[in-house]
Amino acid sequence: MGSTNSTLSKIPNVEELMRETGFSPAHIVRLYDRFESLDKEKTGHLRPEDFGAINRQDTVDFHSFVRILAHFRPAENNRPRDPSLPEPVNSRISKLKFAFQLYDLDKDGKISRAELLQVLRSMMEMQVTEEQLESIADRTIQEADLDRDDAISFEEFRKSLEKVNIDHKMSIRFLR
Amino acid sequence: MSGLWHGKILMLMVVLTVSRHSLPGTNASTGNGTENTITTLPIVTWKWHHTEGPYLVALWVLVSWICKLVFQLNPALTNVFPESGLLICIGWVLGGIIYGADKVQTFRLQPFTFFYYLLPPIVLDAGYSMPNKQFMGNLGAILVHAVIGTVWNAASLGLGLWGCWLGGAMGHLNTGLLQLLLFGSLIAAVDPVAVIAVFEEVHVNEVLYIIVFGESLLNDGVTVVLFNVFDAFVSLGGPAINAVEIIKGIISFFVVAFGGSLVGIAFGILISLLTRLTKKTPTIEPGFIFVFGYLSYLTAEFLSLSAILSCTFCGVFCQKYVNTNMSEKSVNTVRTTMKVFANGSETVIFVFLGISAIDPSIWVWNTGFILLTLLFIFVFRFMGVFVLTWILNQYRLVPLGLIEQLVMGYGGLRGAVAYGLVFLLDENKYKEKNLMISTTLLVVYFTVMLQGITMKPLVNWLKVKRATTDEAMLAEKIMNRTFDHMLVAIEDISGQIGHNYLWDKWHNFEEKWLFRILMNPTARKSRDYIFNIFHQLNLKDAMSYVQEGERRGSLAFVRNDSKADVDFNKQFDTDFTDMPDIMGPDHIPVPFVLRDSVPSVSLNMHEQDQKMRESEDFNAHHLLQQHLYKGRKQRHTYSRKQPVVNRDEDEVQEIFQRTMRSRLESFKSAKMGVAQPKKITKHSKKDQTEKMSNGKPADDSKIHSYGDEDFEFSEGDSAGDAAGGSFPMAAYKGGAGIVNPAYMAEMDSNEPMPPMPQIPPWLAEAGEDSSNVAPSQRAQLRLPWTPTNLRRLAPLRLSTHSNDSFLLADSPATQEGTEPQPPLPLQDGRGRGTHM
Repeated sequence: MGSTNSTLSKIPNVEELMRETGFSPAHIVRLYDRFESLDKEKTGHLRPEDFGAINRQDTVDFHSFVRILAHFRPAENNRPRDPSLPEPVNSRISKLKFAFQLYDLDKDGKISRAELLQVLRSMMEMQVTEEQLESIADRTIQEADLDRDDAISFEEFRKSLEKVNIDHKMSIRFLR
Repeated sequence: MSGLWHGKILMLMVVLTVSRHSLPGTNASTGNGTENTITTLPIVTWKWHHTEGPYLVALWVLVSWICKLVFQLNPALTNVFPESGLLICIGWVLGGIIYGADKVQTFRLQPFTFFYYLLPPIVLDAGYSMPNKQFMGNLGAILVHAVIGTVWNAASLGLGLWGCWLGGAMGHLNTGLLQLLLFGSLIAAVDPVAVIAVFEEVHVNEVLYIIVFGESLLNDGVTVVLFNVFDAFVSLGGPAINAVEIIKGIISFFVVAFGGSLVGIAFGILISLLTRLTKKTPTIEPGFIFVFGYLSYLTAEFLSLSAILSCTFCGVFCQKYVNTNMSEKSVNTVRTTMKVFANGSETVIFVFLGISAIDPSIWVWNTGFILLTLLFIFVFRFMGVFVLTWILNQYRLVPLGLIEQLVMGYGGLRGAVAYGLVFLLDENKYKEKNLMISTTLLVVYFTVMLQGITMKPLVNWLKVKRATTDEAMLAEKIMNRTFDHMLVAIEDISGQIGHNYLWDKWHNFEEKWLFRILMNPTARKSRDYIFNIFHQLNLKDAMSYVQEGERRGSLAFVRNDSKADVDFNKQFDTDFTDMPDIMGPDHIPVPFVLRDSVPSVSLNMHEQDQKMRESEDFNAHHLLQQHLYKGRKQRHTYSRKQPVVNRDEDEVQEIFQRTMRSRLESFKSAKMGVAQPKKITKHSKKDQTEKMSNGKPADDSKIHSYGDEDFEFSEGDSAGDAAGGSFPMAAYKGGAGIVNPAYMAEMDSNEPMPPMPQIPPWLAEAGEDSSNVAPSQRAQLRLPWTPTNLRRLAPLRLSTHSNDSFLLADSPATQEGTEPQPPLPLQDGRGRGTHM
């Protein structure tokens, strides 16, 4: 695809991006096209309005866009890990960290009850009363909270999900 | 012990043979009643002629099920042999006995009986209890294996046998290409009955199981088509087959497969619609599922579509809606009964598979044919699996590894369906029918027994990932759900249509249309995935608490330190009416006596002195006996329509109030010395009315029947949990938190006080008076010794309706008033609790 190269050259720091995230050039190009189609105003940034979703920052540029999506690549199991390299973005731990950040809105390293409530509120499909939400949140914290501080730290989060096949749950096939 | 059983079986066999020998005799005496003139009034006559049919059926079912009992006695045996294999062996023994008695095999597995009576329950159960999410998730793999895999198996086997026949490896056989292809198609299909039977004992991981099992169900579409097509071709004769016929054959595949599925889904819709209307007939409600399931099977059969597909999809489609619409009791009934039928059917099938073998008339031995068939089945199955999985892995997110492929190949078991089909063949067209029957039987035995026996060791040796024991933690489920949402979002963002996108689309469609049409409005509103998980977990905890309490054997109340005596009658009568009028925080603290007096529930967690408790057990039991049994009337009225225990409205109210009050009091007083229980009671009432007026339509059958337990446990739990961490919070929230509004809200808004029409049996039996109170005591008894369990229920306590105005109003007062207090009693309690 001749267009690949030309598109690639439009993107700054593309090699570093590829190395960091592990996406192939074809992927990068595809994501870039998608980014451009989302970025209706051609500002080079995506704002929440473009998604209809909420982001932590106010805008997302292409690099962050790719980085976030990189979390969802299926992890490769068989590569021998070079311990000196930083943890790849799509390993299990990073995926978990990413998920953790979704909950931990104030970024204090713990999911407090209020934060959990927030997430639950947005997830509950039917009208559930506030009290029910609270009991569910409480129970969740109870189950996962090992050091009894009434909040879920990353370690506890990880532990409670050790049975879940994160790789399966947090991967998009075509991003392989 | 097993000798006893063997004796029983022999006796039954003797009865059977005798009964059949007596046939000619009885005919003379009763059968021709009109012709025989009786000379005197017969007091008793042998009506064997009339009862023969049903009698034999019932007897055979009984015998088969007893066989199952027999080898359950020896667990070592069942560990090695799969149950199905053992059943076949017993079938051989029985067959031998019958043959020995009769010199001819009078009993065998008739195709009609098999296809119309024995198979439908199994398929219906398979569909109804299918884990939908995994099934749909792996549907691609399942379909590929079911369709392409089966066609490959059939073709390769047929052609292979034909080639070998032409090459003379089988000697002289009166058969042809088409016949061999037909044989190939009926033996190629993986059998659902056999797969269930063997995999049930092995517990491989869910993905593996669902692929093999799904394949075994869905390949019926292919098998039926191939069988009919080749049968027709054989009738038409070789020359008449041209391209048109072949194309028709291909078209018929689509018609049969999709038609069957559509019939199934149509019936699924019908069932769902019907269960919307069956709220008033809870007794018959479960029955509809069975009737409709069976009708879906028969309808497809009637239209010459794939009956198994129809029945499967009926179950798969309707399970969600039906489970929501029906009351929890009905859901349990359906589930249990279906298992009974399915399991029972399976047992009978395998026993008869054994019996049918003992029939020399069908046995034709052709070494080449049989051995080649066995070989080809194996080899071609593995080849097919490997090739197809390799293709699939290009598209799958989680590729299937080599080990899994091995198990999938090895799990291609053939079973009774093949046998049933081969028996349907017409002898005139198929001169070698007996050979085919023999071969089929041998193949079935080989796969079920040999592969069944070796499956477990193989799975262990290959270290196949086993099924995760479903310790569903709420946290996990929530996270899972979050991930799903996340994936949908990401797919949406990255602009690709993926699996989750489809899931989301289907979900939206479902919400918009299907739920509205197929579900009860009330049921629909109370349905929520995470909430249901929560509910289920609470139920589980409740059950285990009660069991633990029962195990400890004590319904007793744990006294507090003062050992205040209790005068039940007096307290109950007088103070009962006082309670509701309690107002505000400045109320008089309830005297000790009063607190204790509320009978049979004031279990105080913190009076944990074991010795003291034991010494009081006697008192407790005695008093309890007095009080509880006093009010007991014969409640269980016999009524065809209402399976529930009759309850007096007032009494229910009374019980409930008493329970609530006592719990709240005892809890509160434990925490805050002689604190303000009455305040709490008022809250509870108020909250109830508040919640009532919330207007949330109730799903009265689902949630509130267990609401009581939640109350109890929350209280007890909070008591125990105070020993844990957040104890100032506990002190504050304790009282009000007991009224778990989550469950209050679910109560039927029609009723002023929630009755407990569906108290689970273990409560109901304890007697109405104690029914609501007992669990809390047990719970509280249990709690200090199981801190882990405690934690799980603690949230109920914490789930205060903190926006409750009363609580908020009270809070400053209570906190100040009680802060100094709590440390002391709690300290004690905690100390004792943790040292227990």
